[in-house]
Amino acid sequence: MTRKQKRLTVILGGMSFIMVAVLLVMFAFSQSVAYFFMPADLAKTDVQPGTRIRLGGLVAEGSVKRGQGSTVSFTVTDGTGNVPVTYTGILPDLFREGQGVVTEGAFDVSHKFVADSVLAKHDEKYMPKEVADRLKKDGVWEDGSGKGMAQGTNKADGQGVIKQ
Amino acid sequence: MIVELGHYALVLALATALIVSILPMIGARRGDVALMTLGTTGSIALFLLVALSFGALTWAYVVSDFSVNNVWENSHSMMPLIYKYSGVWGNHEGSMMLWLLILTLFSALVAVFGRNLPETLKANVLGVQAWIASAFLFFILLTSNPFLRLNPAPAEGQDLNPVLQDLGLAVHPPLLYLGYVGFSVCFSFAVAALIEGRIDAAWARWVRPWTLAAWTFLTAGIAMGSYWAYYELGWGGWWFWDPVENASFMPWLAGTALLHSALVMEKREALKIWTVLLAIMTFSLSLLGTFLVRSGVLTSVHSFATDPTRGIFILCILALFIGGAFSLFAWRAPMLKAGGLFAPISREGGLVLNNLILTVATATVLTGTLYPLVLETLTGEKISVGAPFFNMTFGLLMLPLLIAVPFGPMLAWKRGDLLGALQRIYVFAALALAAGFVFAYLKGGGPILSIFGLALGFWGMFGAIADLWYRGNFGKLKFSVAFRRLAGLPRSAFGTAIAHFGLGVTVLGIFAATTFGTETVVDMKQGATVNAGGYQVTFDGMKDAAGPNYTEQRAHFTVREGGAVISDVWSSKRLYTARRMPTTEAGILTMALSQLYVSLGDPIDGGGMVVRIWWKPFILCIWGGALVMMFGGFVSLSDRRLRVGAPNRKAKAVKAAKPVMEPAE
Repeated sequence: MTRKQKRLTVILGGMSFIMVAVLLVMFAFSQSVAYFFMPADLAKTDVQPGTRIRLGGLVAEGSVKRGQGSTVSFTVTDGTGNVPVTYTGILPDLFREGQGVVTEGAFDVSHKFVADSVLAKHDEKYMPKEVADRLKKDGVWEDGSGKGMAQGTNKADGQGVIKQ
Repeated sequence: MIVELGHYALVLALATALIVSILPMIGARRGDVALMTLGTTGSIALFLLVALSFGALTWAYVVSDFSVNNVWENSHSMMPLIYKYSGVWGNHEGSMMLWLLILTLFSALVAVFGRNLPETLKANVLGVQAWIASAFLFFILLTSNPFLRLNPAPAEGQDLNPVLQDLGLAVHPPLLYLGYVGFSVCFSFAVAALIEGRIDAAWARWVRPWTLAAWTFLTAGIAMGSYWAYYELGWGGWWFWDPVENASFMPWLAGTALLHSALVMEKREALKIWTVLLAIMTFSLSLLGTFLVRSGVLTSVHSFATDPTRGIFILCILALFIGGAFSLFAWRAPMLKAGGLFAPISREGGLVLNNLILTVATATVLTGTLYPLVLETLTGEKISVGAPFFNMTFGLLMLPLLIAVPFGPMLAWKRGDLLGALQRIYVFAALALAAGFVFAYLKGGGPILSIFGLALGFWGMFGAIADLWYRGNFGKLKFSVAFRRLAGLPRSAFGTAIAHFGLGVTVLGIFAATTFGTETVVDMKQGATVNAGGYQVTFDGMKDAAGPNYTEQRAHFTVREGGAVISDVWSSKRLYTARRMPTTEAGILTMALSQLYVSLGDPIDGGGMVVRIWWKPFILCIWGGALVMMFGGFVSLSDRRLRVGAPNRKAKAVKAAKPVMEPAE
């Protein structure tokens, strides 16, 4: 092989590998990216049953019910909409009523949301960022309302409150 | 008083860093030896000042001085002593201090061990290191000062985040930073070379030990972090493709590529420009990782209290260094002369393939990590890119590399013989395939793709053995002769083989654990028994217990195999009293390389608990392989040709001795 051919082989080989990678990335994005929704969005957009999404909001007070075995049902709310969710498995340590949560899964045909993961961000504030951002924007939640509580509780214990 | 001294030392460090940033480089331009020597003494002084400052902060933690805001927020007088030490870097300010400490440590090491570097190069390298140190000193002093006082001083601290109170965490950040920040030396060498406009094989020989050291520590740090997440978070997974994990994984991938391309440059003077670019990219990814983790754009256990000014500050540092280095590269790189030619099928060709795949794989990880952030900034739309994306892209792209790894060391430099390599190695390939099938058969069979995955792991391991086998020329020569040949090989040859072997072990662990592992979620009443991985796990009941700064409910399980009791397992739910924060402590039973993992859920009505039991066969191979890779790194580092501080003289000696010392090269 001449010098030129050698270089050409290397470059062509490299280019085709990069092309494969780019196609793979595009394909993977179309297949496996989950969009984030809050209950209020779901009233506006129609999410087909079976499409994977992330659903975020607050766990509605008094909605957590244990069913058969390790199945749990609860309602995710953002003050405007409510979505009933079922989940089988172990809930994160910091899962509580009235607190933020992000669940990932899909709607079944009867429009019940079946989650296969409930996200635990290990933070004592336990307000997932996506949820906090939106709730703040919509004025449902206020940052750091827990501040100035008695000594011994955390300064960073800004769990916030739901404005009525 | 000591705290004020620490603060003062930090300010002095900034002044020193600014001096080292400027004067030695002027000296290098003018040929002024006195100014250049200032770089050496200055860098050592800088390290001592930062160490003093870090020591003062550690002292405040150890004596629980809650008049220091940082200590009050992250410590508690009842906390075990070891966590008082590790608590220093278990928060934003302290972890930046550790970052800085390690950065200046590396500068000081270059200053001490770089005695036979050309004076101008050394001055420039130390100058660039000091630029980075100055930027981060400004960052700490202006936005993240750990020495701020509280008045009046509170009586008790707020405790360290409970998930961080763990031995794994005590070791994970220092190891990770030694790797992450260690790449700054490569970056500084690259920038210094660009400033001088001159680069040769000797440059690669100086850079390689630093790359190797950083890579070795980063490997250990990532493995440690992964194991920590596995047993501490209680989710049973060992890698989540979390952006924070990716932040440390990307520099590792790029660093691995750099390690291999520097080899080509050292031996054959080829790939010069590419190696310089890779050195810049690797540290840029480290900086990007620091930004992602420290700025609070991501939520995770790593993002401590967030403050937008910090994020913007780090983003500015990021833009300045990455932008500056790439501009310099664009301006100066055309001046660097390209070196040796080689055929596509050759050792160099193999290493180019390695670089191609690793950088493309890094790019896909980068895309998957940044795309959601970019999309959110531009359109406000929130998406999540999770494990399926990375498995599909990164996983598939790495396959050809894993297949190719054993071929690389078999090919000769300049022009290799693929057919010859195939003829020699096909026995090992067949053995690997057979081992994959036998393994799967013993475990009760599995899908064909998983069997190939297992075989791929064995292929990596056997390929490394084949490498040493043919280097010693076992089978052709008498055993004693071959063994002597093997013993005469340079340590770096063993390092390569060991590290490649470790890669195979990790791959085997990944495929074995995912193929044969089981997961069961059940609600167990007292006395109930569940089957997992051929073992019977019985729930014996709950017990209340208390630790120094937490209370816990411990569940007792008995593990039996065929009726005979093997061991007890305790799994617990803890409540850390100071923060009222619950955590799950998984119960893990290790049997050879496999583990039984028991994690507690919530209590169920009418007594009993929700319990999640995983059977994780050969899971320890995943981290064990990383340890082997790390060991390979150290072996390679001990090679006399690479020994820091003695490259010049030794290089000549080895060249002369080469035909005798390295028959297979």
